Amino acid sequence: MNSSIKNALTFSTVEPSGGLRAAMDKGRAEIIAEVRASGIRGRGGAGFPTSVKWNLAAAAKSDRKFVVCNADEGEPGTFKDRVILSEYAGLVFDGMTIAAYAIGATTGILYLRAEYTYLREHLEKVLAERRAKGLLGQGVCGKDDFELDIQIRMGAGAYICGEETALIESMEGQRGEPRNRPPFPVDTGFTGRPTAVNNVETLAWVACIFARGADWFKSVGTGKSAGLKLFSVSGDCKAPGVYEFPMGITVASLLEAVGGQDAKAVQIGGASGYCVPAGEFTRTIAYEDIATGGSIIVIGRERDMLKVAENFMEFFADESCGQCTPCRLGNGKLLEGIHLLQQGRCSMQYLRELCSLGETMQLASKCGLGQSSPNALLSIVKHFQSEIMGRIPAAAAAARE
Amino acid sequence: MLITDRERLRDDIAGWAGRYGRERSSLLPILQEIQKKYRRVSDHAMQIVADLLGIHPIEVYGVASFYSFLSLTRQGKYVIRLCRTISCDMAGKESVAQQLRNDLGIGFGQTTPDGMFTLEWANCLGMCDQGPAMLVNDKVYTQVTPQQVNDIIEQCRRAVSVFATHNKEH
Ligand SMILES: Cc1cc2nc3c(=O)[nH]c(=O)nc-3n(C[C@H](O)[C@H](O)[C@H](O)COP(=O)(O)O)c2cc1C
Ligand code: SF4
Repeated sequence: MNSSIKNALTFSTVEPSGGLRAAMDKGRAEIIAEVRASGIRGRGGAGFPTSVKWNLAAAAKSDRKFVVCNADEGEPGTFKDRVILSEYAGLVFDGMTIAAYAIGATTGILYLRAEYTYLREHLEKVLAERRAKGLLGQGVCGKDDFELDIQIRMGAGAYICGEETALIESMEGQRGEPRNRPPFPVDTGFTGRPTAVNNVETLAWVACIFARGADWFKSVGTGKSAGLKLFSVSGDCKAPGVYEFPMGITVASLLEAVGGQDAKAVQIGGASGYCVPAGEFTRTIAYEDIATGGSIIVIGRERDMLKVAENFMEFFADESCGQCTPCRLGNGKLLEGIHLLQQGRCSMQYLRELCSLGETMQLASKCGLGQSSPNALLSIVKHFQSEIMGRIPAAAAAARE
Repeated sequence: MLITDRERLRDDIAGWAGRYGRERSSLLPILQEIQKKYRRVSDHAMQIVADLLGIHPIEVYGVASFYSFLSLTRQGKYVIRLCRTISCDMAGKESVAQQLRNDLGIGFGQTTPDGMFTLEWANCLGMCDQGPAMLVNDKVYTQVTPQQVNDIIEQCRRAVSVFATHNKEH
């Protein structure tokens, strides 16, 4: 395996357990205030303010609370969490420990996707070292009132388990079917107790924020999107891999840095994200413009956009948990529609109906999977209509050759 | 199934239930152990788990059939999972897939008659910058070329035959 890291990452300059020790000098409320001051929002995709989540979990009353690190990274085109877990696991566990202290949790769980089983041995080793150093167990960092252990739970191959309530269902020994929200996990989470679920990258940044100060983090990025972000870049570019950029970077500058200037489109946010055409490369990547968990798939001039849409729809049709109708049936219908387009047998009327089905799915699906699975197709239909309409049926094309 | 096999399965599951606990939240870890050792979660195994955890077997079936890394039918000693998602697709996964079909003599979703290999598609393996990627059991292979496919398969076969002779000697 080659190294995926392509530019200098802040994570490599922050001393492991440095942020943790700085945080442990503060009180619980002070920690959450510092996280709020940094402006950090969730790096897993949804972009929920981390301090708000922690505040709610801290305020919830219970005999036991949990922090969960979401390492189910399954969004097509995303691999930065794999890199963070391989290279900077210490920072992630620092972040989990800080979160646990802030909300009053005594158990941390890292939910690792089955596809990353090869990382488990390394992570267990890091955890064992932390127990030996007193960074876990009774009296973490010499604090008598703070006890914490961190366990690893393995996923079993289901993209939907990255959705936080499905993840909790899975840990409870159930099918990974998302719950209705509310109640939210901060209130009714794992085994019905308050649970803060955070992405791998979010937790690593929290450790950096305490090592470097909230002001440092806040000073980077845009007003609404503070700080730095890791991007997983793949597809048609010269140097695919993991990059760190400030939030608010334009699509064009990102493409320049990775050697993908010639792209005809960029899929931002993975299969559930948006397909941005070349005409919109001046837009920025930030919560207030194009939000993303960091997946950047560069699509070159020669690519067939229908094939891209087909690949995404196959993914969703396969990964839908099947619990609610718009998503269970809708993804299959959209996929059939793509096949009709490929065969050159889709009327404009039917294409409109497909788009309207997609909009219904966005509104009526129970969780983020079905709410966002039509995004890619809808944006491809919008921006590449001349490319996808009027295809010559394959048989007719073959006969002419 | 021989009675001794049944007893062995029962003892194994009781051991895992002892280690992980008999709560519902132990269900997935127990099923994962069963999968690892027996290469499938059989009806009989589901019944034993249900009895131990005090739940209906259909509950166990519901979970076992939900996850793609648990299998109701017996898988090969090596499960090859080729990533079919966008970046690996653009990197040429289709020619790797064809070579896998040719060299194993089976299609996706099938197991070789000797029980050595199962071939499956996987959704995004998180190796998008180094595709085409595939997993052979827990091991990941990146930038796989059609030419390498045969070597990877042969490595697996050799590992098994070394293991077999090694066992005979002791
Ligand atoms: C279908 C679906 C899949 C998701 N997959 C992941 C994932 O793999 N990793 C992740 O951190 N968040 C994922 N999320 C978002 C989580 O539900 C949750 O918002 C996140 O883990 C919260 O952490 P953060 O606030 O630190 O980002 C997913 C959401 C949906 C709807
Ligand atoms: S939207 Fe899809 S994945 Fe989400 S609950 Fe409904 S069927 Fe399941």
